[in-house]
Amino acid sequence: MSVGTGDLATDLFLGTAALFVVLAVAMLYRAVDGPTMQDRVLAVNVLGTNTVVILALLAVGLGESSFLDVALIYALLNFLMSVAISKFTVERGGII
Amino acid sequence: MSAVETARLVAIGVLLAGSLLFTLVSAVGVIRLPDIYSRAHTASQADTLGAGFALAAVALSLGVQATTAKTVLLLLFIFLTNPTAAHAIARAADEDGIEPWTSDDDRTARDLAPDRSDDADASEPARDGVDEEGGEPA
Repeated sequence: MSVGTGDLATDLFLGTAALFVVLAVAMLYRAVDGPTMQDRVLAVNVLGTNTVVILALLAVGLGESSFLDVALIYALLNFLMSVAISKFTVERGGII
Repeated sequence: MSAVETARLVAIGVLLAGSLLFTLVSAVGVIRLPDIYSRAHTASQADTLGAGFALAAVALSLGVQATTAKTVLLLLFIFLTNPTAAHAIARAADEDGIEPWTSDDDRTARDLAPDRSDDADASEPARDGVDEEGGEPA
Protein backbone atom coordinates (compact mmCIF):
# COMPACT_ATOMS: atom_id res chain seq x y z
CA MET A 1 0.00 0.00 0.00
CA SER A 2 2.65 2.52 0.97
CA VAL A 3 4.69 3.99 -1.84
CA GLY A 4 7.67 5.91 -0.45
CA THR A 5 9.66 4.92 2.59
CA GLY A 6 6.77 2.76 3.77
CA ASP A 7 6.44 4.00 7.33
CA LEU A 8 3.36 5.07 9.24
CA ALA A 9 3.71 8.79 8.44
CA THR A 10 3.55 8.08 4.69
CA ASP A 11 0.33 6.13 5.10
CA LEU A 12 -1.10 8.95 7.24
CA PHE A 13 -0.39 11.55 4.57
CA LEU A 14 -1.70 9.43 1.70
CA GLY A 15 -4.89 8.52 3.61
CA THR A 16 -5.54 12.14 4.54
CA ALA A 17 -5.03 13.13 0.89
CA ALA A 18 -7.62 10.53 -0.16
CA LEU A 19 -10.18 11.89 2.33
CA PHE A 20 -9.45 15.44 1.15
CA VAL A 21 -10.25 14.30 -2.40
CA VAL A 22 -13.67 13.11 -1.19
CA LEU A 23 -14.34 16.49 0.50
CA ALA A 24 -13.20 18.37 -2.63
CA VAL A 25 -15.51 16.34 -4.86
CA ALA A 26 -18.39 17.16 -2.50
CA MET A 27 -17.84 20.84 -3.36
CA LEU A 28 -18.91 20.07 -6.94
CA TYR A 29 -22.51 19.82 -5.69
CA ARG A 30 -22.52 23.51 -4.78
CA ALA A 31 -20.61 24.43 -7.94
CA VAL A 32 -23.27 22.76 -10.11
CA ASP A 33 -26.41 23.52 -8.07
CA GLY A 34 -25.56 26.94 -6.54
CA PRO A 35 -28.38 29.32 -7.43
CA THR A 36 -26.21 32.40 -7.86
CA MET A 37 -22.99 32.85 -9.79
CA GLN A 38 -21.13 33.80 -6.59
CA ASP A 39 -22.06 30.43 -5.04
CA ARG A 40 -20.31 28.69 -7.89
CA VAL A 41 -17.21 30.89 -7.61
CA LEU A 42 -17.06 30.24 -3.86
CA ALA A 43 -17.37 26.49 -4.37
CA VAL A 44 -14.58 26.49 -6.96
CA ASN A 45 -12.46 28.60 -4.60
CA VAL A 46 -12.87 26.09 -1.75
CA LEU A 47 -12.18 23.25 -4.20
CA GLY A 48 -8.96 25.00 -5.25
CA THR A 49 -7.85 25.41 -1.62
CA ASN A 50 -8.48 21.70 -1.07
CA THR A 51 -6.44 20.96 -4.20
CA VAL A 52 -3.51 22.96 -2.82
CA VAL A 53 -3.67 20.94 0.41
CA ILE A 54 -3.88 17.65 -1.55
CA LEU A 55 -0.81 18.61 -3.60
CA ALA A 56 1.15 19.47 -0.43
CA LEU A 57 0.12 16.18 1.22
CA LEU A 58 1.11 14.20 -1.88
CA ALA A 59 4.47 15.99 -1.95
CA VAL A 60 5.28 14.34 1.39
CA GLY A 61 3.39 11.09 0.81
CA LEU A 62 4.98 10.36 -2.55
CA GLY A 63 8.33 12.02 -1.79
CA GLU A 64 8.05 14.46 -4.71
CA SER A 65 9.11 17.84 -3.38
CA SER A 66 8.40 19.50 -6.75
CA PHE A 67 4.67 19.14 -5.99
CA LEU A 68 5.13 21.99 -3.49
CA ASP A 69 6.03 24.34 -6.35
CA VAL A 70 2.89 23.25 -8.18
CA ALA A 71 0.85 23.88 -5.02
CA LEU A 72 2.33 27.37 -4.64
CA ILE A 73 1.46 28.32 -8.24
CA TYR A 74 -2.01 26.80 -7.84
CA ALA A 75 -2.67 28.90 -4.73
CA LEU A 76 -1.64 32.06 -6.60
CA LEU A 77 -3.88 31.26 -9.59
CA ASN A 78 -6.79 30.28 -7.32
CA PHE A 79 -6.78 33.65 -5.54
CA LEU A 80 -6.40 35.49 -8.84
CA MET A 81 -9.34 33.55 -10.31
CA SER A 82 -11.67 34.41 -7.42
CA VAL A 83 -10.85 38.11 -7.37
CA ALA A 84 -10.95 38.45 -11.16
CA ILE A 85 -14.34 36.75 -11.54
CA SER A 86 -15.76 38.75 -8.62
CA LYS A 87 -14.53 41.99 -10.16
CA PHE A 88 -15.60 41.45 -13.74
CA THR A 89 -19.12 40.24 -13.02
CA VAL A 90 -20.09 43.49 -11.25
CA GLU A 91 -20.57 46.57 -13.38
CA ARG A 92 -19.32 49.19 -10.95
CA GLY A 93 -16.18 47.32 -9.82
CA GLY A 94 -14.44 48.18 -6.55
CA ILE A 95 -14.58 44.75 -4.93
CA ILE A 96 -11.88 44.87 -2.24
CA MET B 1 12.11 4.82 17.34
CA SER B 2 13.27 7.53 19.66
CA ALA B 3 10.99 9.60 21.87
CA VAL B 4 11.39 12.68 19.66
CA GLU B 5 10.36 10.72 16.57
CA THR B 6 7.30 9.35 18.37
CA ALA B 7 6.29 12.83 19.53
CA ARG B 8 6.66 14.15 16.00
CA LEU B 9 4.52 11.35 14.58
CA VAL B 10 1.81 12.00 17.19
CA ALA B 11 1.88 15.73 16.42
CA ILE B 12 1.56 15.01 12.68
CA GLY B 13 -1.41 12.73 13.34
CA VAL B 14 -3.16 15.30 15.53
CA LEU B 15 -2.61 18.07 12.96
CA LEU B 16 -3.92 15.90 10.10
CA ALA B 17 -6.99 14.89 12.13
CA GLY B 18 -7.67 18.56 12.94
CA SER B 19 -7.35 19.54 9.30
CA LEU B 20 -9.80 16.82 8.27
CA LEU B 21 -12.27 17.92 10.97
CA PHE B 22 -12.23 21.59 10.00
CA THR B 23 -12.39 20.84 6.28
CA LEU B 24 -15.36 18.55 6.91
CA VAL B 25 -17.10 21.38 8.81
CA SER B 26 -16.35 23.71 5.88
CA ALA B 27 -17.70 21.23 3.32
CA VAL B 28 -20.92 20.66 5.29
CA GLY B 29 -21.33 24.42 5.72
CA VAL B 30 -20.84 25.25 2.06
CA ILE B 31 -23.34 22.58 1.05
CA ARG B 32 -25.98 23.04 3.78
CA LEU B 33 -26.06 26.74 4.76
CA PRO B 34 -28.89 28.85 3.33
CA ASP B 35 -27.30 31.73 1.40
CA ILE B 36 -24.08 33.00 -0.16
CA TYR B 37 -23.06 35.17 2.82
CA SER B 38 -23.13 32.35 5.36
CA ARG B 39 -21.39 30.06 2.89
CA ALA B 40 -18.65 32.66 2.38
CA HIS B 41 -18.34 32.88 6.17
CA THR B 42 -17.71 29.16 6.63
CA ALA B 43 -15.47 28.98 3.56
CA SER B 44 -13.26 31.78 4.81
CA GLN B 45 -12.81 30.52 8.38
CA ALA B 46 -13.14 26.74 8.68
CA ASP B 47 -11.48 25.98 5.35
CA THR B 48 -8.54 28.32 6.06
CA LEU B 49 -7.89 26.65 9.41
CA GLY B 50 -8.15 23.18 7.87
CA ALA B 51 -5.62 24.06 5.16
CA GLY B 52 -3.37 25.64 7.80
CA PHE B 53 -3.37 22.48 9.94
CA ALA B 54 -2.58 20.25 6.94
CA LEU B 55 0.26 22.48 5.74
CA ALA B 56 1.65 22.64 9.30
CA ALA B 57 1.70 18.83 9.33
CA VAL B 58 3.56 18.85 5.99
CA ALA B 59 6.11 21.36 7.31
CA LEU B 60 6.58 19.30 10.49
CA SER B 61 7.13 16.14 8.49
CA LEU B 62 9.69 17.73 6.16
CA GLY B 63 11.87 18.92 9.05
CA VAL B 64 14.61 21.51 8.66
CA GLN B 65 15.34 21.84 4.93
CA ALA B 66 14.82 24.24 2.06
CA THR B 67 11.42 22.91 0.97
CA THR B 68 9.99 23.63 4.43
CA ALA B 69 10.37 27.33 3.64
CA LYS B 70 8.10 26.86 0.62
CA THR B 71 5.49 25.15 2.81
CA VAL B 72 5.56 27.94 5.40
CA LEU B 73 5.25 30.55 2.64
CA LEU B 74 2.30 28.60 1.20
CA LEU B 75 0.66 28.53 4.66
CA LEU B 76 1.09 32.28 5.13
CA PHE B 77 -0.20 32.95 1.60
CA ILE B 78 -3.32 30.85 2.15
CA PHE B 79 -3.97 32.51 5.51
CA LEU B 80 -3.86 35.91 3.77
CA THR B 81 -5.64 35.21 0.51
CA ASN B 82 -8.42 32.77 1.42
CA PRO B 83 -10.44 35.20 3.60
CA THR B 84 -9.71 37.97 1.10
CA ALA B 85 -11.16 35.92 -1.76
CA ALA B 86 -14.25 35.04 0.28
CA HIS B 87 -14.70 38.71 1.16
CA ALA B 88 -14.42 39.69 -2.51
CA ILE B 89 -17.02 37.07 -3.49
CA ALA B 90 -19.44 38.17 -0.73
CA ARG B 91 -19.01 41.80 -1.71
CA ALA B 92 -19.65 40.96 -5.37
CA ALA B 93 -22.84 39.20 -4.26
CA ASP B 94 -23.91 42.33 -2.35
CA GLU B 95 -23.19 44.60 -5.34
CA ASP B 96 -25.17 42.17 -7.48
CA GLY B 97 -28.26 42.79 -5.31
CA ILE B 98 -28.56 39.43 -3.50
CA GLU B 99 -30.50 39.83 -0.25
CA PRO B 100 -29.18 38.16 2.91
CA TRP B 101 -31.30 35.35 4.32
CA THR B 102 -32.72 36.00 7.81
CA SER B 103 -34.15 33.52 10.30
CA ASP B 104 -37.72 34.86 10.02
CA ASP B 105 -37.65 34.31 6.26
CA ASP B 106 -39.42 31.34 4.68
CA ARG B 107 -37.81 31.83 1.29
CA THR B 108 -34.82 29.81 0.14
CA ALA B 109 -31.62 31.24 -1.29
CA ARG B 110 -32.89 30.45 -4.79
CA ASP B 111 -35.79 32.85 -4.26
CA LEU B 112 -33.54 35.61 -2.91
CA ALA B 113 -31.31 35.66 -5.99
CA PRO B 114 -31.97 38.51 -8.44
CA ASP B 115 -33.77 37.73 -11.67
CA ARG B 116 -31.48 36.19 -14.25
CA SER B 117 -32.62 35.14 -17.68
CA ASP B 118 -30.90 31.73 -17.45
CA ASP B 119 -32.51 30.47 -14.21
CA ALA B 120 -35.55 32.72 -13.92
CA ASP B 121 -37.88 30.02 -15.23
CA ALA B 122 -37.01 27.68 -12.35
CA SER B 123 -37.37 30.24 -9.55
CA GLU B 124 -40.37 32.22 -10.77
CA PRO B 125 -43.26 29.94 -9.61
CA ALA B 126 -41.78 29.43 -6.12
CA ARG B 127 -41.39 33.17 -5.49
CA ASP B 128 -44.96 33.91 -6.61
CA GLY B 129 -46.29 31.24 -4.27
CA VAL B 130 -44.41 32.64 -1.28
CA ASP B 131 -45.45 36.22 -1.97
CA GLU B 132 -49.15 35.32 -2.12
CA GLU B 133 -48.97 33.65 1.26
CA GLY B 134 -47.84 36.96 2.76
CA GLY B 135 -44.50 35.74 4.09
CA GLU B 136 -43.07 39.28 3.90
CA PRO B 137 -44.04 41.44 6.94
CA ALA B 138 -44.91 45.03 6.05
